[in-house]
Amino acid sequence: MITDAVIEFDGVGRTYPGPPPVHALQPTTLTVRKGEFVAVIGPSGSGKSTFLNITGLLDRPTAGTYRLDGMDVDTLGESERTALRGRRIGFVFQAFHLLSHRTAVENVMVPMAYAGVARRKRHRLALETLRHVGLGHRAQAMSNQLSGGERQRVAVARALVTRPSLLLCDEPTGNLDTTTAGSVLELLDGLHRDGQTVVVVTHNPDVAAHTQRRLLIQDGHVHETTQGALA
Amino acid sequence: MIVEPTRLGIRDLASEALAGIIARPGRSTLTVLGTVLGIAAFVAVLGLTSTATSQISVRFTTLIATEVRVQPTGTVETAGRTTGPMFPDDAEARVERINGVQSAGISWSVGLDQVPGVAPVSTLPPGTGTAADAESFEIMASSPGYFRAIHAEFAAGRAFDTFHNTHAEPVAVLGEAVARRLGITRLDTSPTVFLAGEPFSVIGILNQAERTPEALLSVITPAGTAEQMWGPPSTANTPQMIIDTEVGAAQQVGDHVSLALRPNATDQYDITVPPDPHTLRDQVNTDLNMLFLTLAAVSLIVGMVGIANTTLVAVLERIGEIGLRRAAGARRRDIALQFLSESAGLGLLGGLVGTSLGVITVVAVAVVQEWTPVIEPVVTLPAPLGGAIIGLLAGLYPAWRASRIEPAEALHR
Repeated sequence: MITDAVIEFDGVGRTYPGPPPVHALQPTTLTVRKGEFVAVIGPSGSGKSTFLNITGLLDRPTAGTYRLDGMDVDTLGESERTALRGRRIGFVFQAFHLLSHRTAVENVMVPMAYAGVARRKRHRLALETLRHVGLGHRAQAMSNQLSGGERQRVAVARALVTRPSLLLCDEPTGNLDTTTAGSVLELLDGLHRDGQTVVVVTHNPDVAAHTQRRLLIQDGHVHETTQGALA
Repeated sequence: MIVEPTRLGIRDLASEALAGIIARPGRSTLTVLGTVLGIAAFVAVLGLTSTATSQISVRFTTLIATEVRVQPTGTVETAGRTTGPMFPDDAEARVERINGVQSAGISWSVGLDQVPGVAPVSTLPPGTGTAADAESFEIMASSPGYFRAIHAEFAAGRAFDTFHNTHAEPVAVLGEAVARRLGITRLDTSPTVFLAGEPFSVIGILNQAERTPEALLSVITPAGTAEQMWGPPSTANTPQMIIDTEVGAAQQVGDHVSLALRPNATDQYDITVPPDPHTLRDQVNTDLNMLFLTLAAVSLIVGMVGIANTTLVAVLERIGEIGLRRAAGARRRDIALQFLSESAGLGLLGGLVGTSLGVITVVAVAVVQEWTPVIEPVVTLPAPLGGAIIGLLAGLYPAWRASRIEPAEALHR
């Protein structure tokens, strides 16, 4: 067992029962260490979503063993997996999924309610995290008054506010124009430099170019790849 | 447990529910409308009933509760011929001796045989007027005590007394309406009316008769005079006795009247006493309430369906939010509780507004009617809670649906 591993896949696979059975993810063995910035790339239908769902504890593998922070999560019950998801993983989605009719800071406060952070601390922590992603000045703006880039920064702040060991991003720039996408990627870069473990699932090679390590998924098979292979 | 579990605290749950309701104020308002109307109807119906009931009992004591009517029944043999059972000559005095009786009087309608060419009631002597001058009013005979018993008041003159009665004096008291029709407004000219051609001096004009308003449309003569002129009352025109009792004495007086009038034949009289106030109140409650309470219940069901519908729509609209919350550590039960408390909150809101409207309605009606509003706390206080229960029931299915949503599917939209 590797002591500083965040994600450990040992022959993890996912088959959807048929007929015919679909091998969405072939048995895969890989490790993501603490502080790594990893891109998981592949065309649509390649098994990216299955990889994300299993990594994010939204789905269970049908084969192999998955350890998150050294814990065998397959043996855990549903409410324990929910707790682990809430405390150890921060999600960022393509569609942002901000609560409309709430301010930026209120959106960032949502995960802390489930994590049991004391009510009086939440506002201060949310504000600090918003400042960290460069949105301290927009804290009181309603979420539907924010631009796309601002929304994704709020979503990143929301994912970070519970100090998760893994930041899991699903097409984080999919709804953004090139310039805005670049600034969000720089934000992720910065988080990585601060030591945050980041996994980005994307079909976009430009996003992958920011990362230090790339995994290519094709027809459910996961390969380590190099910059050159993508270009 | 290797990881501390996640949960949504009760205060967070409440503030999430409140935020959900406030987020769409217009929709929330429309959603609770049915509940508002239902609860308001419930409170208003029950409040108006208790208000009206207490009002009824006030009126009840003042007039109806102090009235006993006696009517002879069957037939008896008197001096070889069959007549209706009548009152003894001293009936008034016998009844007035009963404890609790204020006054008593006998009256009957005098059925005059139509004599061709002679008007039953006229201001002109027979033979001088035409048929057009004739008026056909009710002619009544009464004992002197009758006027006290019906709470009579006079616009002019006075009632006849025992002297007129025992001496069969030809005097008459006119009801106000009769006097107006006959053109008699003052008594200092000693006006005379002709009843079936016989002259009678008018000695009083009646303008109030609380118990028997029909007396205002009648010409009333002393019983003694009527008997001498037209004979005793027949079975077709049975005399009736009205007894004015003290408050609360009517039932007891009713029990004793028969015995006082004719101790040897107590079954000869039909006694009508006022209904027991409690019975009457219960009757009002059941009669009046059932229809309106049914309507209120229908309205509440409609309100419940309304809340259920809106909450279900909200669940479908907020699939993304549900996925995000599940990803952020919300368990299925946290999601279910969130939507349940939202719908219960809507119901509670509807209940509060409805209760207020109901109370306002009761007070407004009471003010207009100059009644005292009476609202039972037993009805008012649990009413908002009833709204919350409606909301809770309405939220059960949508909340269950929300808790079944899989985060993986919800998030990839």
